[in-house]
Parts: sequence; structure tokens; C-alpha cells
Amino acid sequence: MSTNTIVSLPDQSTARIPKNNFITRENGLLSWLLTGDHKRIAILYLISLSFFFFIGGALAGLIRLELLTPQTDLMATDTYNKVFTMHGIIMIFFFLVPSVPATLGNFFIPMMIGARDLALPKINLLSWYLYMAGGILALYTMMTGGVDTGWTFTTPLSTHYVNTNVLTTGLAVFIAGFSSILTGLNFIVTIHKMRAPGMTWFRLPLFVWAHYAASILMVLATPVVAIAIVLVALERTIGIGVFDPAKGGDPLLFQHLFWFYSHPAVYIMILPGMGVISEVISTFSRKRVFGYTAVAFSSVAIAVFGFFVWAHHMFIMGISNYTVLVFSLLTMLVAVPSAIKIFNWTFTLYKGSITFETPMLYAFGFLGLFTIGGMTGVFLGSSGTDIHLTETYFIVAHFHFVMVGGMLMAFLAGIHFWWPKITGRMYPEKISQLAAVVTFIGFNLTFFPQFILGTLGMPRRYASYPPEFQILNVFSTAGATILGVGYLLPVLYLVWSLKYGAVAGNNPWQATGLEWQTQSPPLTENFAVMPIMDHEAYDYEWLEKQQERQKELEVTSAR
Amino acid sequence: MPDSTVIAHGDAEAASIANSADTEHPSYLHHHFNSTEQQADASNFAMWLFLLTEVMFFGGLFTAYLIYRNWYYAAFVAGSHQLNAVWGTTNTLVLILSSFTMAMGVWCAETGRRRGLVLSLTLTLILGLSFLGIKTIEYSEKIEKHHVPGIHYSLDSFLDPAHDEAAKAAGDKPLPLDMARHTEVYFSLYFAMTGMHALHMIIGVGILGFMIYRARAGAYTAGHVTFVENFGLYWHFVDIVWIYLFALLYLISRH
Repeated sequence: MSTNTIVSLPDQSTARIPKNNFITRENGLLSWLLTGDHKRIAILYLISLSFFFFIGGALAGLIRLELLTPQTDLMATDTYNKVFTMHGIIMIFFFLVPSVPATLGNFFIPMMIGARDLALPKINLLSWYLYMAGGILALYTMMTGGVDTGWTFTTPLSTHYVNTNVLTTGLAVFIAGFSSILTGLNFIVTIHKMRAPGMTWFRLPLFVWAHYAASILMVLATPVVAIAIVLVALERTIGIGVFDPAKGGDPLLFQHLFWFYSHPAVYIMILPGMGVISEVISTFSRKRVFGYTAVAFSSVAIAVFGFFVWAHHMFIMGISNYTVLVFSLLTMLVAVPSAIKIFNWTFTLYKGSITFETPMLYAFGFLGLFTIGGMTGVFLGSSGTDIHLTETYFIVAHFHFVMVGGMLMAFLAGIHFWWPKITGRMYPEKISQLAAVVTFIGFNLTFFPQFILGTLGMPRRYASYPPEFQILNVFSTAGATILGVGYLLPVLYLVWSLKYGAVAGNNPWQATGLEWQTQSPPLTENFAVMPIMDHEAYDYEWLEKQQERQKELEVTSAR
Repeated sequence: MPDSTVIAHGDAEAASIANSADTEHPSYLHHHFNSTEQQADASNFAMWLFLLTEVMFFGGLFTAYLIYRNWYYAAFVAGSHQLNAVWGTTNTLVLILSSFTMAMGVWCAETGRRRGLVLSLTLTLILGLSFLGIKTIEYSEKIEKHHVPGIHYSLDSFLDPAHDEAAKAAGDKPLPLDMARHTEVYFSLYFAMTGMHALHMIIGVGILGFMIYRARAGAYTAGHVTFVENFGLYWHFVDIVWIYLFALLYLISRH
């Protein structure tokens, strides 16, 4: 796309992947399954996450195929209910929540702060096993009958009216929740206790700040959904009555407990993605992130505000008007820190030396799509419009703009950005730029029509719809096909690059983070010599001086 | 600011500052920590964070309790009269005593007293099991009187307190049918809260057994006491939860 580039690769005729690195250190399946190395665990997560992503994606494909025609023709309505429920559960609990933190966060937080590993390596491995246990249980449930409550398990539907596998699915989510708690806990301890000498809080890369904020949410919010699920399970099995109106229990209480987690959960999902975007935008515009402190604190502010907005999911559920008023106001407040981030990233671009490598293309996609997703969130946060728009495709479109357009774009940006560091090899640039553009086009074609469908009043979670909505649904299904191609491409060329990609060298992007100042792929101990941080984050002048010194050293030693 | 800008291939001086703790290497120091202090610090901090998640976990139950107690106060009072306050008080004392023996265990570990540690942990284990035993007696009383929520739940004690010993002793008046039915919410919360607490006790007892086995081999009296300390925190936390449960569930109308 652009002729100028910041990529600086070593001379390919002589360059080699370092023989001693965390991948070659030990061999055999057991060395992976019993590892304590945060980098290997990150790769375990990356493989399993991708697996669940494509299962969730296939389910989404089924939904879009069913909605191609107004009638219920591809599957029975019961099956349709199960398909969208499993799509939601798999994508949210087994892809979006752990996506960036468990892979990129796991891999790079210790490296960015100059540590040898996360503080609790065994707990880290345990969290992967819990994740897998939960995931396999969820898949098993899907194979043996599925569940059709929607991913929200809303009572009394889930406790009294459905005969599907609520218990096992609930257990799967419960287990996955513990995996998430342990990851968050590990990150907080690591960021507090393991920073290298000189790595003060305000020298941390913004990626780390974003993960810190997300971790607070994981640790504080997840236990609440855990107890809510336990109560649903007890209600289904022995018949206690905490949510049962026949006994005086209140089904709304379940929703309060559920959304007390599940609203912060969307910030668990998006904050790490925002961290990725900060790194990518700074690197590819060669500038320190504008307003570093503001961006750092906006992450924390999102985490704090995020706890006080949950009832905006319940405006039409029968909560009092005053509650609606208060939560509507608080919901508007959470838009402020998100906007601070968007504006600061835009100002970072201003007068920067921008280049358009793949991670940057995804980051631009994120900026546009997340802004649309966030702004439509304000429509839904105002109670008046919400009453019209909630439970329609407007919600579906809003959520997917934030999560797929925002989070998934950020995830792909991060995967491409750090791929050379993880594997030691570059991905092929041209085809990956193409994939980024295909994804962007496919995404917009899939989800933009859904905004229109929502305002026209097409409800979500139905297998059939009035014929006049068909044209927009056809657009949406066509877009989903393109989007599918956009997601399959990276799998193909990234696997290809493992063997045939150009050798990346230590720092192909000329980035400033500590993780780029060591070999790729890194050593098991991350650094040959423990680093000392003596400059601010995103200090490109420091990097240039550093490289000049390196060259001088080479010249003098050559003499 | 020192001019040691080299990160990946630094000079030996910088390395020796960063790795100053490399001179001593106790066997329990994991490779990724610089010093035993850092390691102990990190795992203590992690334990406190874990307890914070536990607070949130029980917090959901306490929220439910708070709401329903305000709505159905009369039902909650009548329900609490059906609990055996003598057993409840005994159990509270048992747990407070077990917290004391646990604290003694931590002190023994820190001062390197192996036999004292084994003794303290064993006493804690016995007290923990006693608590669970008493809890079993209480639960079976509830089962006999059909106070377990579900299809066998009986409203007799609340509609007709004159024929119920516990209700008569507390001087209960018959509740209107509507309110009497809400006692089931009280017992739902009673079983959910004490059940979750008992589950934590069972896990704690299991870990205690493991720790006694390891302590006999001298695992915790050679300087590395973090595990004992952290388990102590967990045990005290479970104890504190019980003290709240005791006050909220047993003592509603007893000021």
C-alpha cells in the first residue's frame, strides 16, 4: 500500500533464528503440557482460543444462513435457539474474555516490565487447564443436546422453563470464570511485584496499564457471576427459591448479579484490546502516545465506572424509573474515558510518521468501528431510545461493532504486531494487508445493515422475520461470508510463515518496548541480562541513540 | 540517572545490581524471582487478592440476604427461631478456637518449631472437623422438620407455631400464609450461605491434612513459611465469614 515502511529486517542471507529460545529449549508434548513458562502457556492459549473461535464462528455462519430467508427453513426454531446460545457462550466466555489477556498479555506483560515470568507460573498453567476443562464441557454440552436460554441464563427461564443442559453449561462457565480470575490475579501480582529496576508505574507501556485495569475487573466481578450460577444450579437441582417468584424470590435479582459481572465483562474484553491499539499506533506513527497519563488513567476510570452501569441492561425489565435515570447517567459517564482514549490516539497520529503495515491497518479499523460501536452505545444508554431499540438487531449490531469490530480487530492487530517476536519470523505483508481490508469490508457489510434492521424493529433471537427485512439480511449474510474469508486467511498465511517467513530479527518495527530489545523468539528467561529501565515509555530518541551506540560498537569491534 | 542504557547485552555491573540476590539460592526460591522477599511478598499479595475475590463471591449472597430480609422480615425472624442457637454458638467458639490454633501454627512455622506446628495444625484439623460434624447435626434436624427448600418443604412450624417446640419457645405467632411461604427464601439463603461456607471448610480441612503430612517432614520449618501463612489467611477468612453468618442467620431477633 505504502512505499515507505519502518520495517528493518536483518540481512536474510545470513540471518538465523537463534538456536536457543523458549521453543527449542525442550521438546515433546509433555514439555508443553507441564510448562511453567508464560510464553509457552500463551501459545497453548492461542491454539485453543483459535479452535473455539472457529467453532463459535461456524455457529455464527449457521445463524446467518438461517436468516438468509424470512422463513424457518434451515433448522427448527429450537435448534436455532441452541445455535445462537452456544455462539454467544463460546464466543464470550471461551474467546473474547481470555483472547488478548491470555495470549498476548500472558506472553508480553512479563517481558514489557522486565521480568522472567509471571509471579505465579503454576497458577498460570492451572488457569489454562481450567479454561480447557470449561471449554470441553461446553462443547460436550453442545454435542449432547445443547442449551437454549441465551448466553444470559435469564431466570426463571433457566431455572423453571427449559429442559436443556443449563447445569453443565453453567458449570462450564463457572470453571472458565475461575480461569479468568486466576489470570487477572496473576497479572495484578506480577505488575505490582515483578517490575524491573527503574520500571516505575508511569514508565509502563499502556498495554500493561490496560491489562491492569482489566485484571481488576476480572478479580472483582467474576466471583459474582460465579455465585449467581451456583444459585441457579441449586434452584434447578434441590429447588431453593432465591430467584423463584412462587416462593417470594425475585428473578430480577439474578439479572442484577449476572450483569454486575457481565457488564464489566465487556470491559474485560475491550480494555486489553485498547492496550494493543496504544502500542500499535505509537509504533507505526513513531510518536509517544499523546497524553500518556490520561490514557493510562482512562483505563482505570473505565474499570471503575464499569462497575456502576450494569442496570442499563435492564431498563425494560421492570426496575424503577429512578434506577433507570441514575444508571442512564452513569452509562453516559463511562463514554468519557473511552472518548479520551480515541481522541488521544487520534492526536498521536497527528504529525506522526505514519506507515501502513498490517497491524496499523487493523488499528485504523478498530478506531472507526469502535467509535461507531461506542457511540451507538450512548443511544442504548439513554432510556428513551433504549426502550425502542433494546432486544432488536440494533443491540446485536452495537455489541458486534464493539466486540468484533473493536476487540477482534485489536486481537488481530496484536497477533500481527507481535508475531515476529513470538515466532521469530515475519508474516507475509501484502496478503495480510489484503486480509485486513477484506475483514473491514466484510465486517461493515455484515453488521451495518443490522443497525438499520434494528431501528426498523426486527427483534433479535428469532429464526424467522417479515419478508420486507430480507434484502438487508441478505447483505448481512453476504458480508458474513466475506468476513469468514478475512478470518481464514490469517490462519493460512500465519501457519505458512512459521516455516517460510522472513527472519525478523530482534526489532523489526523499531519499537521501544523492552520486549523488542531481546532476541526473537525470546529465551526462556526472557532476557540474557536482566534489564534496567532508564527511559520513559515510547521514547524513540532513546531507541535511536541506542542503535547508534550498537553500530559504533560493531564498527570498533570489526576493526 | 546512571548511564547504563544497555538492555539486552548490558555490562556486568548492571547485571550484578539487577541480580544481586543471586548470591544466595535457597532451594525454595523459584527461578523467576530475584529474592526470597520478593517471592514471599508476591504470594502473600496474591493470597490477599484471592480473599478479595472470596469477599465478592460471598458478597452476592449477602446482597440477596439483605434484600429479602428487608422484604420479609417476619419470615426471617420465624425462620431464625428454627435454628439451634446453642449449636450455632458452640460452632462459633469452635471456629474462633481453631483460628487461635492456626495462628499458633503460623508462629511455630516462623520460629522453626516443627512439633509445635504439627500439633497446632492437627488441633486446627480436629476443630474444623468438629465444626462440620455439628453442622451435619444441624442439617439433619432441618431435614427431619422438612425445612429444606424444595418439594418436601413444610410450612407447619410457621402456620401453627403452637405445635412446634422451637417456635413455641420463641413465642412465635402464626404467620399469614403469604409470609409463611417466604420462610422458604430464608432457608434457601440459609442453606446456600452455610453450604458455601461448609464447602470452604471442607477444602480447608483437606489442605490441612496435606499440610500436616508435609509439616511432619519438616517442609515448613526451614525458612519457607509462605504456604502456612497464606493458608492461615484463608482459614481466618472462612472463620470471619462464619461470624457474620452466625449473627445474620441465628441472631435476627435476639438483640
